[in-house]
Amino acid sequence: MNKKRFSLLLVCMIALVTVLGACSTTTAPSASNGAGGTDSASSQLDQIKQRGKLIVGVKYDTKLFGLKDPSSGNVEGFDVDMAHALAKSILGDESKVELKEVTSKTRIPMLNNGDIDMVIATMTITDERKKEVDFSDVYFQAGQSLLVKKGSPIKGIEDVTADTTILAAKGATSIKNIEEKVPNVKVLEYDNYQDAFNALKAGQGDALTTDDAILYGMAAQDPNYEVVGKPFTDEPYGIAVKKGQTALVEAINKGLTDMKADGSYNELYKKWIGKEPESK
Amino acid sequence: MIDFSILVNYFPYYIEGFLNTILASVLALIGSFVLGSILAVFRITGVKPLQWIGTAYVEFVRNIPLLLIVFFFWYALPTFGMRLDGFQAGTVGLTIYTAAFIAEAIRAGILSVPKGQMEAARSSGMTYVQAMLHVVLPQAIKLVIPPLSNQFINLIKNSSVLTVVAGLDLMYFADKVNGDSYATVSAYVFAGLFYLVLTLPMSYGSHVLERRLAKSS
Repeated sequence: MNKKRFSLLLVCMIALVTVLGACSTTTAPSASNGAGGTDSASSQLDQIKQRGKLIVGVKYDTKLFGLKDPSSGNVEGFDVDMAHALAKSILGDESKVELKEVTSKTRIPMLNNGDIDMVIATMTITDERKKEVDFSDVYFQAGQSLLVKKGSPIKGIEDVTADTTILAAKGATSIKNIEEKVPNVKVLEYDNYQDAFNALKAGQGDALTTDDAILYGMAAQDPNYEVVGKPFTDEPYGIAVKKGQTALVEAINKGLTDMKADGSYNELYKKWIGKEPESK
Repeated sequence: MIDFSILVNYFPYYIEGFLNTILASVLALIGSFVLGSILAVFRITGVKPLQWIGTAYVEFVRNIPLLLIVFFFWYALPTFGMRLDGFQAGTVGLTIYTAAFIAEAIRAGILSVPKGQMEAARSSGMTYVQAMLHVVLPQAIKLVIPPLSNQFINLIKNSSVLTVVAGLDLMYFADKVNGDSYATVSAYVFAGLFYLVLTLPMSYGSHVLERRLAKSS
């Protein structure tokens, strides 16, 4: 490569970067509410009753909440049981449930185009999401917590200092949260939760942080690890329905209230999480 | 699409990653050159056991993914009671992996010096080592430089493997910038530019060196 060609290449590169830069940043249009926002003529609740079946979006890849067993093909978890309990409350028969797989990305679009009646998929209630869907009452109170090897000196967020190495998954809000709680804490980020958990097992750090709901799943995988301390953030999970379906939200909330009153909610919680819910 | 404020706001991140990438690359470059040279010598000595070791190493390491080697040093070593952090595991993995390719490049270079050269040197009274040092190697170096510089450029780019074991390299921080700002395209374009800052001079330098050596012969 001679000098002339080298500088030509440089000029090309600079030009490319500038051209790309000139393309103005277009922010993604905020998703619309979808069809039938305020149209209550055919309420979703009536449709469900007519159909005699509840179509629920759940996750198929989240331990403890919605996980497909590869050998039996059954999807099992807290969210799945919750769907059956609501079917019992709304339709009087807990078997009248059809499950559909959703991911964090697909759940709102699938809800809005009518593929599913509701989303029960570890979905945190946020103001941002409230603009696009309606939420039931909180059905699971999650919060960011810490997973450590049993016998670790870390018993909660108060034991985390600037000398502690925290492991986390890339891009998660949990990193920002812990950096706010403990300034200058050392955080190592991995591609996903499994890699972060492997790093914890390999002794690369002192504690792993994310929603306690996910941490409980990891602790269930390997009994040498435990979730410690009280959650230090609020991640209230809600059941999402299409915007404007007030009757359905009320039906869900009634189901939740009844479950809490007759103790079946606590049973369900204990079945999956392994302990009674902490009263807030 | 390209937001220069990302580069400005996250400059300390990029610099930290950039420096770690340089450090990992330099360490792995030195390590793999030394190890690769030894392996190349093993393969051409004619001493059978050494040849076997050299061949086994090159064929084994060259034919498995770099990521797997790095994972080995990162996941498997703790079970033997040794713990390397992400940076160390990544750098060791890079060294081991690149050494196999460098051994091949050097071996090919030495073998492509005509046999007559060695024979003539030996018959004029030089020992094997003398003949190697004064006759064969000086000629081999010219042939070896282009493939070697290729390997070194590959090594710099491959150092991005450190990111999966949280090795705090340039790519790791590009991920962090992306996660923090959601400016995905910008975050990675700037990382790419930092890599070019390292690899382009390297490629240019090897061309210059090549030409200079060609003239001197």
